[in-house]
Amino acid sequence: MRTVNLESQKNGTMSKAKEKSAKKRVVEEDDDQLPIFDKDVTEKKAGEEDDADLSDSEESVFSGLEDSESDSHDEEEDAEEGDDEEDDDDAVILDEILTKSSGVETATEPPATDKNTPTDIRNTVGNIPMEWYQDYPHIGYNLDGKKIFKPIRNKDELDEFLDKMENPDYWRTVHDKTTASDIRLSDEQVDLVHRLQKGQFGDVNFNEYEPSVDFFTNEVMIHPVTNRPQDKRSFIPSLIEKEKVSKLVHAIKMGWIKPRKPKETTPQYYDLWAKEDPNAILGRHKMHVPAPKMRLPGHEESYNPPPEYLLTEEERMAWEQQDAEDRKLPFLPQKHSCLRAVPAFSRFIHERFERCLDLYLCPRQRKMRVNVNPEDLIPKLPKPKDLQPFPTTMSLVYIGHSSLVRSISASPTGQWLVSGSDDCTVRFWEVNTGRCMKTLEVGGAVKSVAWNPNPAVCLVAVCFESTVLLLNPGLGDRLVVSSTDQLITSYEPPEEDKEQAVTWALSEGPEHDNGHRLTLTHPKAVKQVVWHGKGDYLASVMPDNSSNLQVLIHQVSKRRTQNPFRKNKGLVQCVSFHPLRPYFFVATQRYVRVYNLIKQELTKKLMTNCKWISSMAIHPGGDNLICGSYDCRLAWFDLDLSTKPYKMLRHHKKALRGVAYHKHYPLFASGADDGSVIICHGMVYNDLLQNPLIVPVKVLKGHQITHDLGVLDVTFHPTQPWVFSSGADATIRLFT
Amino acid sequence: MGGLQKKKYERGSATNYITRNKARKKLQLSLADFRRLCILKGIYPHEPKHKKKVNKGSTAPRTFYLFKDIRFLLHEPIVRKFREYKVFVRKLRKAYGKAEWTGVERLRDNKPGYKLDHIIKERYPTFIDALRDIDDALSMCFLFSTFARTGKCHVQTITLCRRLTVEWMNYVVTSRSLRKVFLSIKGIYYQAEVLGQLITWLVPYQFAHDHPTDVDYRVMATFTEMYTTLFGFINFRLYQTLNLVYPPKLDSKAESELKAEHEEDYAMDSESYLEKLSALSASLARVVATAEEEENQLDLFPTEGENMQAREKEQKEQEAQKRLFEGLKFFLNREVPRESLAFILRCFGAEVSWDKSLCIGGTYEVTDETITHQIVDRPDMDKQYINRYYIQPQWVFDSVNAQMRLPVEDYFLGTTLPPHLSPFVEEKDGDYVPPEKLKLMALQRGEKPGKSRAELDSEEEDEEEEDEEEEEEDDEEEDDVDDEELTEEKNLKKMEGTRVTPGKVKPWETGSVGNKVRLEQEEKAEEKRLAIMMMKKKEKYLYDKIMFGKKRTTREVSSLRCAPAKPTRHITCHHSKVQT
Repeated sequence: MRTVNLESQKNGTMSKAKEKSAKKRVVEEDDDQLPIFDKDVTEKKAGEEDDADLSDSEESVFSGLEDSESDSHDEEEDAEEGDDEEDDDDAVILDEILTKSSGVETATEPPATDKNTPTDIRNTVGNIPMEWYQDYPHIGYNLDGKKIFKPIRNKDELDEFLDKMENPDYWRTVHDKTTASDIRLSDEQVDLVHRLQKGQFGDVNFNEYEPSVDFFTNEVMIHPVTNRPQDKRSFIPSLIEKEKVSKLVHAIKMGWIKPRKPKETTPQYYDLWAKEDPNAILGRHKMHVPAPKMRLPGHEESYNPPPEYLLTEEERMAWEQQDAEDRKLPFLPQKHSCLRAVPAFSRFIHERFERCLDLYLCPRQRKMRVNVNPEDLIPKLPKPKDLQPFPTTMSLVYIGHSSLVRSISASPTGQWLVSGSDDCTVRFWEVNTGRCMKTLEVGGAVKSVAWNPNPAVCLVAVCFESTVLLLNPGLGDRLVVSSTDQLITSYEPPEEDKEQAVTWALSEGPEHDNGHRLTLTHPKAVKQVVWHGKGDYLASVMPDNSSNLQVLIHQVSKRRTQNPFRKNKGLVQCVSFHPLRPYFFVATQRYVRVYNLIKQELTKKLMTNCKWISSMAIHPGGDNLICGSYDCRLAWFDLDLSTKPYKMLRHHKKALRGVAYHKHYPLFASGADDGSVIICHGMVYNDLLQNPLIVPVKVLKGHQITHDLGVLDVTFHPTQPWVFSSGADATIRLFT
Repeated sequence: MGGLQKKKYERGSATNYITRNKARKKLQLSLADFRRLCILKGIYPHEPKHKKKVNKGSTAPRTFYLFKDIRFLLHEPIVRKFREYKVFVRKLRKAYGKAEWTGVERLRDNKPGYKLDHIIKERYPTFIDALRDIDDALSMCFLFSTFARTGKCHVQTITLCRRLTVEWMNYVVTSRSLRKVFLSIKGIYYQAEVLGQLITWLVPYQFAHDHPTDVDYRVMATFTEMYTTLFGFINFRLYQTLNLVYPPKLDSKAESELKAEHEEDYAMDSESYLEKLSALSASLARVVATAEEEENQLDLFPTEGENMQAREKEQKEQEAQKRLFEGLKFFLNREVPRESLAFILRCFGAEVSWDKSLCIGGTYEVTDETITHQIVDRPDMDKQYINRYYIQPQWVFDSVNAQMRLPVEDYFLGTTLPPHLSPFVEEKDGDYVPPEKLKLMALQRGEKPGKSRAELDSEEEDEEEEDEEEEEEDDEEEDDVDDEELTEEKNLKKMEGTRVTPGKVKPWETGSVGNKVRLEQEEKAEEKRLAIMMMKKKEKYLYDKIMFGKKRTTREVSSLRCAPAKPTRHITCHHSKVQT
């Protein structure tokens, strides 16, 4: 066992006229056989003085100093540093190797030449920072345990400088911090330093270029190296290998391992459609809907479009505010002065991607494009000119009412017209002159007026509030007037007085002079009165959803009243008598019921498909019926045909208020809130196989719309093709 | 008593459709694979007539496929390949995880691939079918060939697309089948007529793409995969029809000419070859060396008579268009889009060259004295040759669309260009025709011979313009007459504030004859109005729709006609004329 203590010391010496730093290192080497040089410098051992049993024979490799100096040193110090201590200026790594003896050689003391005497004053404190002793007078302890004292005076910069100037050996002097002494390096040591600086071996005698000795010969020898016979197993095939091979063979046999595929030899592209076999076309191919092609660009997509295709400032603003889906153009038309100014289109990839999505995500459908001429859609109807006569122009306006005129009625001779208005008056007009012959004040807003259709009787039924008034206007033939009065006065009350729903009262005094003849006081408000064709019967309507007493039929000659219905079938809108046969029509909100008055049963129920019926009129033939409704429709029923409308006419823009048939001409009229009266030609044939012909022939306008109400009632002249209409503008107009 | 009770949704339309999710489960594919399969096989969803019935009473929005389609997909061999690929990826991942490098190598060697040949054949049983559907393929390949090789898709795809598009362009050049071109703000539209099919495609301008993030590139890549296969087969067939060698080879003569000194700049021979091909300046090698092109005369069938003559005339016009630029020598300045211009010019028989530093394949220099046109897109040039026109690129595009060499004066260096019109718009009567188009049509009819136009006096031009204006007015009047037949014309008139509306003629202004006419018209209009009232509901709806569309178009036309920018254009026209 051998220990080498390496101590490198950092001293403030000048080597090559430079201050060098060196570290004192202690390296212990525990190997005596192999020249392994323990470079673990971090491992530092403090105990360095105990190496008495040094054998210096192996040391020669490592330290050149020992050879030259002495072999019998108790302790050797060796330094071999390949450390990475570097200096900026000349990058010289300097390691100081100090022997113990050289350590003795201080500047002040002569070197102790005697080798046996332990004049070692080496410090025993170990490798510690020497600053710890800064405040003490001593610097450590020698082997004997005595203090080693610091020199009296520390060198300062000036001393250093002077020393540098004066001392010729300054450059080979290093400062030992542990002993606080300067050491002058010997020639050998300096030489060693120089050699190490040059990168040479420390030992002068070491030959780096020794001839190499082959460890193994390169010649092939015929004899084995050993004489040992070969193992048996080297002659027998390996079982493990056999197993592996057989597995592979099995896998190949079974087709699990496939030989590497040869490279594809067929070209990437070839004539795919060389043999076009029509039989190979799948049936589904015939059903295939090819994707529509992209839309071709128009002028507005040009990089330099005509200026009219560019958007104005407002249009651009509108475009920017729209959603992307709502935009008519998916891009903003732009104008560039030249081709080089055209930028890339930022949505190019987007558009292509959207096209891809369309191709595989959109359902495809063959849509039959309707390619019709709109003119062909218009039905071919007979010309209105050929269907004359019908009213075409407004010829008279009857002015006098101060409020809306609810109802009008013409006398059976066609000479007079009666109108009832919301200003609580009933006015009688002469048709041809427009003169107001008579004005009667009644006790409420007049809801309905009806002139007795019997030409031999001059009676007008007027209803307001809960009263129905029978008037004798005293117009026309005196004979008729007087005979009417006679008719009324000739009434003889029956013996037994039956309880009736209404009270009949004969008017007398001034009322009689005004023309009042009979007053029928109803229990409820009356909305409509209507005469039977013969002129003896009169029906009044008291709309009430909750009772069965809604319709009353009065007989004027016998002053009798009866309630024909036992059950409430809904709110009654209007009623009407059949012109020829004993039928009675009752229009509720959605249906029209036809009752047979003799058999007292329901004959028919007509579905109007309307939401709310407003008015109704019966064809003079009695087989057809029209219904006006508040939802702008007019339904024509052919009673022989069906209970559903034969025709639905949606001519008006607003709610219908009144409908009427002409007595002789094939005409019917409808008035509505849009202020217009539409005259239609409605021809009914005697031949049952031929359906009625309905042709609109004229739209008559004239009424002003007041309070969203237009025409309130229409009625035809009994003999002429003229039509009267009353409106919310307090006028009555005659169209001829 | 009685049979089994019939259950709902077990027959009829409910069984003919299948929802997407169910279809996916039936095919045992992931959604991505299902999408891929649908794209490749061309399966698209169907909209059932009664959605609620099909949806088993539910009204939830679902995508429906025809059950037949899905059954058809079941037999597709490519489905197996998809599964194999999935397994391959799994194995590979495992091998990587275990660091079995030999295993990885082996797996990679046996990577399952698939071919789409049979699908193409199945989807397009005849060649014409395929050709009809190539529009999207072309646009897509042209787009992909402009992508940078930065990982949006495989580099091989990009190079393949580039190769195919170059082949296509070479074919179009050789067959001279280009018909129309259009410079739009999106890119350049081309339309070619190949074997009787009109094929339109869009090529983006040469810029780097700003790749959007909300685009699924996998979908695009799948489409491209299908399109490249289709496109390659079509190219092969097209080359065959022209007796050209496929893959294309340059003419031996041209090749020797093109042995440029820049050859060594290219690392690979194939690369430089593709570049040379894409330069489009040389003709292609043919399988059988023939004379350029023999004139194929139409056989005369005497029976057809007029029809025949018309056809012959058409043929002649087409031939003339093919030779539009024949005999001209162009030089492209470096700021113009080289590829598109070289492509167009070569399609119409011109010789074209460019600066050597711009691209390989330029055949002559700027200094060549025989150059007739130089295409320039800059405001001014220092050195100009006297014997050539310096024109802007729009001249080429407009000339192609007009099928004649337009007068070059409007397109000179630095002049304000006339508007570039779309050749794809075919105006029906009643549509708005821009005045430039009218002018062009007059030019085509030979009313204003191009050469002599410069010599015309400005007065004459003014007169002509007046004439044109008058014509326009006439048109308007005619339109008005047409419009009068429409009943709802009054509303329209209100919208067109500036136009003079034909008001009601007062009886004392016109004679009794005019009055009668007016009356008759009114009567007719009323008749029509009344007849419209009697229309059935369904027909009325349809009629209203048609009339609405008509009204809209007339409104648009009128708004275009009285666009505020119109007078300024006249000024610019004059301006350019003064310059010439």
